[in-house]
Amino acid sequence: MRRQIPLILTFLTGIAIFIAFFIPHKPFNEVQDILLDWAIIIAGFALLLGIHSLLRKHITHIKKKDGGWGYSLILTFFFVGVFTVGIFSAIQYKGYSLTPGSLLYFVYDYMVIPLSATMFALLAFFIASAAYRAFRARRLNATLLLIAAVVVMLGRVPIMENAFFNFLSRFSDWFMFIPQMAAKRGILIGVALGAFAMSLRIILGIERTYLQ
Amino acid sequence: MSIWERMSKVDRRIIYLLLSLVVIIPIVFRIPSTIAVSESAQMAYDAVDRLPAGTPIIFSTDFDPASMPELRPMMTAVLRHAFKKKLKVIMMGHWPTGIPLSTIILEEVAQEFKAEYGVDYINIGYRPGAGLVMIQMGREIRSVFDIDIQGNPLDSLPMMRQVHNYSDIGLIACFEAGAMGDIWVIYAWGRFGVNIIMGTTAVVTPDAYPYLAARQIEGLIGGMAGAAAYEKLVEHPDKAMIRMSSQAWAHILIIVFIIIGNIGYFMMRRAERIKKRGTV
Repeated sequence: MRRQIPLILTFLTGIAIFIAFFIPHKPFNEVQDILLDWAIIIAGFALLLGIHSLLRKHITHIKKKDGGWGYSLILTFFFVGVFTVGIFSAIQYKGYSLTPGSLLYFVYDYMVIPLSATMFALLAFFIASAAYRAFRARRLNATLLLIAAVVVMLGRVPIMENAFFNFLSRFSDWFMFIPQMAAKRGILIGVALGAFAMSLRIILGIERTYLQ
Repeated sequence: MSIWERMSKVDRRIIYLLLSLVVIIPIVFRIPSTIAVSESAQMAYDAVDRLPAGTPIIFSTDFDPASMPELRPMMTAVLRHAFKKKLKVIMMGHWPTGIPLSTIILEEVAQEFKAEYGVDYINIGYRPGAGLVMIQMGREIRSVFDIDIQGNPLDSLPMMRQVHNYSDIGLIACFEAGAMGDIWVIYAWGRFGVNIIMGTTAVVTPDAYPYLAARQIEGLIGGMAGAAAYEKLVEHPDKAMIRMSSQAWAHILIIVFIIIGNIGYFMMRRAERIKKRGTV
């Protein structure tokens, strides 16, 4: 029964949402609304589960003094610090902890924004260095990739207005709209078919790994 | 080490240094760049421009500070267009860390146009659930956002009294640093038929082209180039136009390095072949 009840619940929920998509009328739409409200609440609680899992993993690292346990210590310290600041700010600003002037806003403004922006900005340097090393015309397919990359890179940023850059810009648009999109569509259709197959497997109880 | 080998193995610190210079100099000296308005950015502009004054438009902030340099200028430009057109702005987001950013951007642009909170614009913030939130908004926005970011009930805000679901919304402008745009298309467009324009980071832009080609979105503002194009279209040159100059010169520098690397590689390969023939 411990396995059958979740399987029955999954089947009924999946079928109810499936029917509501094609017949958005009473009583199916009402059932769907209730289920979606539940799902939003569960999504909120999933965050708590995530926090629990993250902290348990890193506290275990610290206790066992595994390799890189110092990073786990920093993570745990800052998690507890930001969490405390968040709770304090929420009490002070009646639930709206990220109000400008709050302590949490200070953390966001002076730590989260600069750190995130710095991390992302570093990518530019790695990409530049990686492009220089990787784009070598060793074989025909590598050469084609190299030419496409150079043309698209130049076409996206016309540094002057003349016939050459206008042509590159048009070619870059064509490249994004036709060959690039053809590949992308192939991937998207493949992903969609995979998701559809996986959903069917879960609804019909063939795929049961989520029970483990 | 031969000259060709040196060309083939340039120290990464030299690349980093030169890249820093080409990025910093145009920003410091505010060197403007040539902007070509792409068809997709023009389509996004037209979609906003077609809306009659007073139409509610949703702005969805689906990014965080990491993508701010690319997405903030485009959101600012589209907001300027919306306020100029007297549209009613509803700001929200699916990335919790993006909400304070969008609040700053919204307040900045609203002040510029002397827009009044609750009458011309509101900010309803974040709710967890992404796709689920989008579906529920199609039925009744209040079922997920009963209060705004300041704690005011939605019914107490004049501009929201007649706004209940997507049928009251003229357009969704979503700004994407991840896959949330796909979810907007699947649920908001696919299920409720609401018009969408998408603003994306350059990395995400290729993912959005199939939606644009299938007219599942009305327009696409791709990366810094798209943001600069939109600034040009709203006739308000700002950060994107300056940053495009940095991006343009950074692209040129990378291309120059790629050419140098390839010359070095081919000359070394040629030298190796000659050496082999000599030994044979």
